[in-house]
Amino acid sequence: MINNTVVELSRLQFASTALYHFLFVPLTLGMSFMLAAMETVYVITGRKIYREMTHFWGKLFLINFALGVATGLTMEFEFGTNWSFYSSFVGDIFGAPLAIEGLMAFFLEATFIGLMVFGWERLSKGKHLLVTYMVAIGSNLSALWILVANGFMQDPQGATFNPVTLRMELSSFGALIFNPDAQTKFVHTSIAGYVTAAVFVTGISAFYMVRGRHMELAKRSFRMASLFGVLATAGVITLGDALGFIGGHAQPSKLAAMEAMWKTDAAPAPFNVAAWPVQSEQRNAWSIQIPYVLTPLITHTMDTTVPGVDDIEADAVKRIKNGIPAVTALKVLSSDPTNAQALAQFRDHQQDLGYGFLVKRYAPDQDVARASEDDIARASKDSIPDVFAMFWSFRLMVACGLLMLAYFVMAVLLSLRGDVDRQRWFIRLAPWMIPVPFIACEMGWVTAEVGRQPWTVFGMLPTWMSASSHSVGYMVFSLIGFVSLYTIFIVIEMFLMVKFIRQGPDDEHPAPSGASPKKRPAVLGGGVAAGAMMSNQDH
Amino acid sequence: MELYLVLKVLWWLLLGVLLMGLAIMVGMDMGVGTLLRYVGRTDTERRVALNTIGPHWEGNQVWFVLGGGAIFAAFPLIYATAFSGLYIVMLLLLWTMMVRPLGFEYRSKLPSLKWRGFWDWVLFVSGCVPMIIYGAGMGNMLLGVPFHFDWDLTSHYTGSFISLLNPFAVLCGLLSLSLSLYMGGVMLTGRTEGVIQQRAQKAASIAVTVALVLFIIGGIWVSQMQGYVLVKSPLPGIAQSPMQQTVSLVAGAWFDNYHAYPVLWLLPVLGCLGMVLGWLAIRAGRSTLAWWLGALAWIGVIATAGVSLFPFMMTSSTDPSQSLTVWNSISSARTLLWATGFTAVFVPLIVAYTSWAFHVMRGKVSAEHVDGNSHSY
Repeated sequence: MINNTVVELSRLQFASTALYHFLFVPLTLGMSFMLAAMETVYVITGRKIYREMTHFWGKLFLINFALGVATGLTMEFEFGTNWSFYSSFVGDIFGAPLAIEGLMAFFLEATFIGLMVFGWERLSKGKHLLVTYMVAIGSNLSALWILVANGFMQDPQGATFNPVTLRMELSSFGALIFNPDAQTKFVHTSIAGYVTAAVFVTGISAFYMVRGRHMELAKRSFRMASLFGVLATAGVITLGDALGFIGGHAQPSKLAAMEAMWKTDAAPAPFNVAAWPVQSEQRNAWSIQIPYVLTPLITHTMDTTVPGVDDIEADAVKRIKNGIPAVTALKVLSSDPTNAQALAQFRDHQQDLGYGFLVKRYAPDQDVARASEDDIARASKDSIPDVFAMFWSFRLMVACGLLMLAYFVMAVLLSLRGDVDRQRWFIRLAPWMIPVPFIACEMGWVTAEVGRQPWTVFGMLPTWMSASSHSVGYMVFSLIGFVSLYTIFIVIEMFLMVKFIRQGPDDEHPAPSGASPKKRPAVLGGGVAAGAMMSNQDH
Repeated sequence: MELYLVLKVLWWLLLGVLLMGLAIMVGMDMGVGTLLRYVGRTDTERRVALNTIGPHWEGNQVWFVLGGGAIFAAFPLIYATAFSGLYIVMLLLLWTMMVRPLGFEYRSKLPSLKWRGFWDWVLFVSGCVPMIIYGAGMGNMLLGVPFHFDWDLTSHYTGSFISLLNPFAVLCGLLSLSLSLYMGGVMLTGRTEGVIQQRAQKAASIAVTVALVLFIIGGIWVSQMQGYVLVKSPLPGIAQSPMQQTVSLVAGAWFDNYHAYPVLWLLPVLGCLGMVLGWLAIRAGRSTLAWWLGALAWIGVIATAGVSLFPFMMTSSTDPSQSLTVWNSISSARTLLWATGFTAVFVPLIVAYTSWAFHVMRGKVSAEHVDGNSHSY
């Protein structure tokens, strides 16, 4: 019933819009705290240069922020527009963190960003600083809740299937939010944002140092950001390791693909530094291995077996066979929710319901009861994500991380010595580092989400079933629309970014602080928003 | 399971409040965006108009984002069915909403008048298109949307894009647009001076007149329309899916709730009263009062539509028995309970700090202010 082309186009659209959105998010996460840090120094020391820094970096922050907001709207809608079965199937669980994100994070961030921009002349130093912190906290809280939602997709904790409503329902809110995958990924992702901001600020500061412009602002910004960056990079790597450890348990197929392990090796297994995985033949055309390293790296022990693709597929076959009776029972329950026999059959097999769904696409007329051994074997092959993409996106991410660690160690040493502006080679190199954290973030997304395949909710709901049943024409239309709009956006954004970076902080003419606006009438009423807003406008 | 029934009704009400908040707050910004080219003839005039909502549009827009999130959390089946069924319309809504933040942030970043003129058009389109879609979407809920489900609740939409823009839906869209123009005009009247203020005042009083006429025509139209009646279904307080009910179509049935509880007639009366008094208030230059009356009109209009539909939320024209109701499309009791807890804690906080933000930025925006301030849009 569901057209495979439509599923692939929906995936392509989701990946493009999410990756694009994720170009702006990390910088927002990190810059908001960096701005708060700069302004804190300004408020404590009262030195003008820190105010100037906050203004200048704040301007670049806002150009980036606008696109983060705009492209974030797409994400909020896209589950419903393009993944409607997914949305109704897990909305009872997945929707909650999204709604809470709106209540707790978006309102905070969006309301205070208005004051952050417009409130300089109207707020005391201390109050404005508070506002800046609220923006930073708001944006980081939004990362927390969206990653709680994502954690559920990776490792569905705290949910059970209800055969009456034909969907997954929340069974434990605590298990949902304290999902280890979600918590670890939140810290990993938000710190990755701090790294991104630190590279961005050091890179642009170095650009000024090379040209001998705005030296004081550049040197101070550089020092602050490189300290911020070295700590954050060390953190991101530590948390990445923890994530591999946790994810390895919850998603063995992701791990096997990431390491291109086609066969289960006896522990301690060798580690593939580089390889050329060929999925159709289930082997590596070539590989460079270090013996014994994989097992301690992943399991933090020497003797735990790490399952390879062969074992995972064999397990999938068993689970598919066990899941088929769950699907057939569900079909009866759909119109007759009290049928005792179907209910008992469902209860016996429900732990493998998702695997039963996995074979549906290959079964004659999508009737899983008629699935042959061949159909089941094909479906079991689906249980492994794209090994080549996983293997290399993961390695590219790690390589970027290590490169940035080296960069920041160097940057901190040089800037603490106080002569970073005289190390020409280094400050010439630094601006070229700016793309690196963005590549790392994008590759991190690919590792996490391609590695989740073939599931939208791991082990529960296959991706191909999750998509909306649109026509190919609709999908082509929307994809073209998004690509065109987003291309225009990025051109405008880069143009403005480059223009304001070249222009530098010079054109800043901050209005004298404390200058009151032309007219500032007393407030009459207004406990609630609109009351305060409209008060005293009668005439 | 009486608690579940209470939660179901509570979240239907909360969704209504959210749709009203969205219409009032986002609608006002949309109204300003649509009126921008009319009330501001010079660049400075337009900047003054834009900066009246400059510090607040971002916060207001969260109503819209939260709208998506709350429907997802509380009514997942409606989120899934409506957003995918109305695909092209949703894309238009999304794309026009998406260019709005850029219109605000980027418009005044460059001095070129061509650049600014371009963004003014962007703000115009991103003001009026979403409001028309917002109203048209609601209108289609009364008419019925061509969708149905497979046994496992996979939804299928079988209509075309154009069928969503039928005459009744367009009427509802224009009603929504004119109310937002009124609110935008009122906001500008309150926050600006001189010529901008005069134009805004004029626009607001025309818009509210149009809104009143459309609302009355809409009411008469609905009284003749085929309404949906729940013939057989599981008890409202228990968990259920739309596969377990029978629905029939009866002309004029959308007025059943009003016949059963005549006190509900107060809602459309409230809507009309808000518009009539709002017209008087804005003509008298009393913009605060006019703003509150406009909010009242929105509340009356949305409540009127919601009560007519109840307990239906999204009706199916291809298989009426698969229509989505409050009872069969809502989340589980546990999810609703948690969502209620978070709402109870955070909504008062949001109201408090939003009030503070409006309080800090209160007062008129003038040409000198916009020109002399490096932060303004």
